[in-house]
Amino acid sequence: MFKKFSPSTDIAGQSALKSSVQRSIRAQLLETLSIDAETLEQIWPKKENLIQVKCREHITIFTLHGVPLFFQHFDDKIMPSLRLVHKYPSMLPHVKIDRGAIRYLFAGAHMMCPGFTSAGGALPPADAALPAGTVVAVHCEGKEHAAAVGILKLSTEDIKKVNKGVGVEIATHLGDDFWNVQKI
Amino acid sequence: MADDEQPTQPIAGPSTVLYCQGTRATLVGGFTVLTDPFCFLRHARCTTLFSAVCSLPPEYCEFGSHLSKCKAWLEDAYPGLYQEYYSEEALASKVGTLSLDKQAKLEADVAKAEAKAEARAANEEKKKAASKVIIKRIERQKRKYVTSIAGLETFGVDLKKASKALAQRFATSAAVSKTPAGGEEIVVAGDVADDLLELIEDASEGKGNKTSAMFKDVPPDACEIVEEKKKKGGAGAGGE
Repeated sequence: MFKKFSPSTDIAGQSALKSSVQRSIRAQLLETLSIDAETLEQIWPKKENLIQVKCREHITIFTLHGVPLFFQHFDDKIMPSLRLVHKYPSMLPHVKIDRGAIRYLFAGAHMMCPGFTSAGGALPPADAALPAGTVVAVHCEGKEHAAAVGILKLSTEDIKKVNKGVGVEIATHLGDDFWNVQKI
Repeated sequence: MADDEQPTQPIAGPSTVLYCQGTRATLVGGFTVLTDPFCFLRHARCTTLFSAVCSLPPEYCEFGSHLSKCKAWLEDAYPGLYQEYYSEEALASKVGTLSLDKQAKLEADVAKAEAKAEARAANEEKKKAASKVIIKRIERQKRKYVTSIAGLETFGVDLKKASKALAQRFATSAAVSKTPAGGEEIVVAGDVADDLLELIEDASEGKGNKTSAMFKDVPPDACEIVEEKKKKGGAGAGGE
């Protein structure tokens, strides 16, 4: 999503959000991310106004004091930026890829199923299976921090079963152009 | 493979993350520490380090394109971490499930990427040294001129801001416009070529005001004033 992104050319405009819209975003965040209201309050205090930055191809970035916190494609789920995931690692469910897949991840590829099912990878157990469409943090074998944020294309059980094709669509990964934007 | 590190603990405060130091731009002249953009989280322990040779968390440096520089930085700044990531046994264990020849291939790829990145940086440096700022005085109508300044962007000038500042400084109108060659230039109404050169000279010496501060990285030697006469019989409006 952010393979090519430069603030000077790709941003169409910034505007402050209506407080009613902000309320609904807040509710949506609490619903989709596993964080409580208190933690969200730390990240995004009630009194602060989120700024909506509209970009090309229906991408919207939400910033606070110029720092990108969340982003959204069209009307999809709101996803946290990778730097935010690093700060609060447990806000997203984790999936793990093996070492061989890391270099493809850094080249911007979507993550294929075998990367999760091989010896180095990991998926949540069957009783904590995640449905398709869940926003996940992609971790890597032997690494501590998340390397990417993506959306499950298949449910985790299906990934184990099918073991072929794209398992996680990567939205943003370490070192992509969105990662390099520290302030807008 | 399943029962692995699913976070069950409640979320505590923000965790601290270390990022590789130094920016791409400041690779050569030592490392800089950028401030944590999340510093506005006032409660947060602002110990996160950013910057970077490659800006990644150091554990991922091996997949970046500046591995040797990252390594040097880490060894210097965080010897403990360096031991953790690059000591003999760490190297042996981190190969993990990857087969040996794959690992070798990965290392070769990283080395290649690094060489490429270096070549690119050197190229950019060269380009910068060779590039010129062209200040062009263009005759618009008899005794009326506009001044175009091209090539500023290579010296890290924000064109949009600069054009605003110039408009104010010379009490005239200025705009950023695209050149036919694909670049961008600032067009200032009126003949300000000489004043502009003066401004850039002042800026490089560090004097002057807010306006000139913007141009402090532009070397006056690289500036060149050119004159462009209106073409006779051109398709200009009005005619003479």
